[in-house]
Amino acid sequence: MDLISLGVRSIFIDNMIFAYFLGMCSYLAVSKKVSTALGLGLAVTFVLTLTVPLNWLIVNYLLKPGALQWISPALAQVDLSFLSFIVFIAVIASFVQLVEMVVEKFTPALYSALGIFLPLIAVNCSILGAALFMQGRSYSFVESAVYGFSSGIGWLLAIVALAAIREKMRYSNVPKPLRGLGITFILVGLMSLGFLSFMGITL
Amino acid sequence: MSAQTETAVKVQPAEPLFSKKNRKLLVDPLDSNNPITVQVLGICSALAVTVQMKPALVMALGVTFVASFSSLFISLLRNTIPVRVRIIVQLAVVASWVVIVDQFLKAYVYDVSKQLSVFVGLIITNCIIMGRLEAFALGNKPWPSFLDGVGNGLGYGLILILVSFFRELLGSGSVFGIKILGTDSLTGLPYQGNGLMMLPAGACIVIGLLIWAQRARNGYYEDH
Repeated sequence: MDLISLGVRSIFIDNMIFAYFLGMCSYLAVSKKVSTALGLGLAVTFVLTLTVPLNWLIVNYLLKPGALQWISPALAQVDLSFLSFIVFIAVIASFVQLVEMVVEKFTPALYSALGIFLPLIAVNCSILGAALFMQGRSYSFVESAVYGFSSGIGWLLAIVALAAIREKMRYSNVPKPLRGLGITFILVGLMSLGFLSFMGITL
Repeated sequence: MSAQTETAVKVQPAEPLFSKKNRKLLVDPLDSNNPITVQVLGICSALAVTVQMKPALVMALGVTFVASFSSLFISLLRNTIPVRVRIIVQLAVVASWVVIVDQFLKAYVYDVSKQLSVFVGLIITNCIIMGRLEAFALGNKPWPSFLDGVGNGLGYGLILILVSFFRELLGSGSVFGIKILGTDSLTGLPYQGNGLMMLPAGACIVIGLLIWAQRARNGYYEDH
């Protein structure tokens, strides 16, 4: 039950886009068409679901103060947590590269669909952000997996919704200097206000 | 390979440190080529850290520092980095500078560092830094790259300060924590903060309006 409420929480209330504005760059750049938005959203969900638990293992077995105790009791005093940024980003970057190679080898169709988005994901802040939040909120292993997956779904939902609105907006008469980036920002602001209404849910 | 190319470079007449071209690198990102409003880079943190002016200023300084020094180092290494692994090398260099900034903030301004929470770490994936490394530092000499990093950091900082100025002024009636909008002289009531400006949504709308104003002034339009 706790896991379900954590999932619902991270999809709707603590939405990566509308509550924390993480992964905004690709969110704004790749939201012109619903189909590409869906592709990027799926790729982000996939990477998030796997890297958050992976980074959990690294934090809890290598970086936390005293985490190295399982190797030898002499290492119980070692605290490597200052290394977490470098390790997280290295894990994410190499994982994305690995996923790219595996997908290319085994499912060329998926690769050609996601192709250009996969490398972009390494620098999508929502991935690193989720890892840092996971570390800050001290989740358990299962919780971290649920958290990764549902934040990904929340991101997917947000980008598909924005892309759908932008497709419709092509037919409306927006003032010239506001077209493109300007109106998109205001739109995201209004959508974020809409998502605030989920805050009333008590879980 | 790199040693050969370095010795093969002819000695050119020294360019003045702040030649016209270099000044342009520094000034352009402030307006006509602004990283946030024109290049659409580094949006996440611009929205998240601008509720008050103090963290916004600290963040702007941190990003400027990281952007300029990572540009400098990547530019120094540009002939030795193999193309295939350049992203990881760039991330490693950027991450090292971010660790320095993070440890510095924790040691000297702990309250601001707590307020910025994950966003100091997220400087690593701030697209301004990666974007400028890819677009500029990999193909240019160290000094221009350094200036490009400083310029883009300052351009980013300018937008951060502007947005946080409006958000803090309208949201809590103060600037840098000093009350500006006090009691209403007409009714005698204290200033009622605008709740929208305190929410992340307020940042989006303020940036949207800033972009509108800037584009109306510069006459730059895009179609949908």
